[in-house]
Amino acid sequence: MKIALPMSILLAATLAACSTTPPQEPAPVAQPKPAAAVPDTKVTPAPAPAKPAAAAPAPKDPFAELKDPNSLLSQRNVFFDYNSFEVKLDYFPVVEAHSKFLKKNTSGKILIQGNADERGSSEYNLALGQKRAEAVKSTMKILGVKDEQIEAVSLGKEKPKNPGHDEAAWAENRRADVLYKGEY
Amino acid sequence: MQRKPFIQRRHFLQAGSVLALAPALARAELTVEISGLGNERIPIAITTFGGEGVLPKPISDVVRADLERTGLFRLVDTGDQPLADIARPDWNAWRGKGADVLLAGSVRQLANGGAEATFRLYDVVKQAEQKSAVLSFRAELGRNAGHWIADRVYEQLLGVPGVFSTQIAYVQKSGRHYMLQIAEYDGANPVSAFTDDEPIISPAWSPDGKRVAYVSFALKKPVIYLQTIATGNRQVVANFKGSNSAPAWSPDGRRLSIVLTKDGLSQIYLVNLDGSGLRRLMQTDGIDTEPCFSLDGKWLYFTSDRSGGPQIYRVSVDGGEAQRVTFDGSYNVSPHVSPDGKTLAYIGRNNGKFQLTVQDLSSQQTLILTDTTKDESPTFAPNGRLILYATEVGGRGVLSAVSVDGKIRYKPLQGNGDIREPAWGPLAV
Repeated sequence: MKIALPMSILLAATLAACSTTPPQEPAPVAQPKPAAAVPDTKVTPAPAPAKPAAAAPAPKDPFAELKDPNSLLSQRNVFFDYNSFEVKLDYFPVVEAHSKFLKKNTSGKILIQGNADERGSSEYNLALGQKRAEAVKSTMKILGVKDEQIEAVSLGKEKPKNPGHDEAAWAENRRADVLYKGEY
Repeated sequence: MQRKPFIQRRHFLQAGSVLALAPALARAELTVEISGLGNERIPIAITTFGGEGVLPKPISDVVRADLERTGLFRLVDTGDQPLADIARPDWNAWRGKGADVLLAGSVRQLANGGAEATFRLYDVVKQAEQKSAVLSFRAELGRNAGHWIADRVYEQLLGVPGVFSTQIAYVQKSGRHYMLQIAEYDGANPVSAFTDDEPIISPAWSPDGKRVAYVSFALKKPVIYLQTIATGNRQVVANFKGSNSAPAWSPDGRRLSIVLTKDGLSQIYLVNLDGSGLRRLMQTDGIDTEPCFSLDGKWLYFTSDRSGGPQIYRVSVDGGEAQRVTFDGSYNVSPHVSPDGKTLAYIGRNNGKFQLTVQDLSSQQTLILTDTTKDESPTFAPNGRLILYATEVGGRGVLSAVSVDGKIRYKPLQGNGDIREPAWGPLAV
C-alpha cells in the first residue's frame, strides 16, 4: 500500500490530539454520530433516488458513487471537538474515502467548508472554521490529493446546520463539509 | 461656518423614491436609558420653530429628540408656541423656567419649493447669543435639517462634534434574506444597500463615508466587496483561493487591511482599493484576523491566537514584531480603536459571557461596559463618545449603545428579524 507510511504518521498525530482535548468545556452532550465504516442508515441527507438495480448499463459515471448511500463517499461531514482542529479518528475513513476518490478522479474538485459554533465574534469564528477546513485539506494532501483539487474555505458561524443554542447544537456546527463541484 | 450644507453629502437620500420607502420599514430608534445623571445634564429650552408646520416633520422635534438622546441634556418645557421674535428672548422668563440654554428658530418656504431654517442659540445665564445660522434644504429633508442644527448646538455646548448627521451600517436577517442596511445614526430610515440570500458580515465605512467594504458569502465562500453607496456599484476587492474577510480602511482611505487564507491560516494583508499592491504583513502559523487601523494609520490592532486563545495585539503597518495589548481573561476579540486613539473597545469573555469591554491604552485599565452575554462588533461613534455594538435580547439580534464611561445606556434597537454587525460611519466631510 503506497500511503501506508503517511497514514500511520497521521493516525498517531490524530490520536495524540484526541488525548489532549481542552479541559475547560463540558463534554459535548450529543456529539453527532461519527461516520462508521459500515454505512450508517441514520445519516441519510435526503432520500436517495431509487437505486437502478442492475438496469443501468455501460455509461459509468464515476461521480455517481458520490451520491450512493451505500458508499462512504456519500458522507460529507467531519465533526470536531470544542476548540479542536484535528480530524478525529472516527472521521478518518470518510476523509480517506474522499481522498482515494480524488486521486483516482483527478478532474474532481472539492470545496471544504469549515464551520464554527455561534459563540464569539463572526470573524474569529470564520478563522476557526477555516482551521477546520484546513485540517481536512491537509489530511487529504498527506493522503496524496493534489492541492489544486481542494479549496478550503470557511462559513464561520454564519450558516449553522443546527440553529439551537445548546451544546448539542454547537457540536453539530463544529464541522467541515465536503462539497464536490456542481454541489455548491 | 466651515461645513458645507449637509444636503450635498447625503447622496442616497437625494432620490425622492428612496425616502418614500422609509415609512414602510420598521420604526425603530435608539432610546436612552438614563440612570443617576440628574444634575449633570444641561437644561435646555428648545422652542417650537415658527413656520415649521410646512415641513413633514417639525425640526424642533428632531433637535429635541437628538439632544435628549445623548443623555447630556434635560429638556425644559417650552409650550407649543414659537417665540414672537427669536432675536429678542425674554431672559427672565427662561431663567424662571430653569433653562441655562435656549434654542429658538423659524422656518420659511422658499419660492423654489425648498425651505429655509434659521436658528439662534442663547446662553440664558449670560444673556448672550452663542451661535446662529441659516440653512436651506428640500422640505422632505427636514429631519436632516434638524440633525444638522442639533450637531451645531451639541458642538457649541460640549466642544466635540455631534454625530446626529452620521449614518450607521448593519446587517439585518429577515427570514432567508440578508440585508446590508444604511440608516441614520439612531437607526431611523434604513435603506438596503445590498440584499442577498447568503450571509453578509463585516461592513466597514470608507473614511469619506461614500463607500462600504463588506464580506458576502454569495459565492459559497467569503469574498470581499467594495460598494459605492450613492450608485450601488460594487466590485470585488479580494476573491483569492480560500477565505477573504475582515476589511478595514486605512485612515487615508487609500487601502484596506484584509484577511486571506490563500497562504495558510487566516493572515493579515494590505491591499490597494483596486486589488493591487497585495502585501502580507506577518507570517504566523496560527490565526491573525480582525485588523483595525489606529487613527494615524501607523498601527494595526488585530486578534491573534498565537498565545493559545484569542488576544489582541498591535503591529506596525510596516510589519515587524507584534506587541500584545490585552492580558485580562482568555478570550478577547474584535478590537476597535477610539477616534482619539486613547481607548480600545473589544469583546472579552468573562465566565462564559461575551461582553463589551474598554481598555485605556496608556494605563491598561479595563472596564466591562455591559451585563449582556452575547456582545459583538463594537464600533465607536466618530466623536468617540458612544460605542454601538450588537448583542442578543430575548434570542434576537439587536443593536445597543453605551457611552464610553458606561454611564449612559440605550435601549436596544430592534429590526425585523435579527440585526448585527454594526459599523458607525464617519463624521460628515
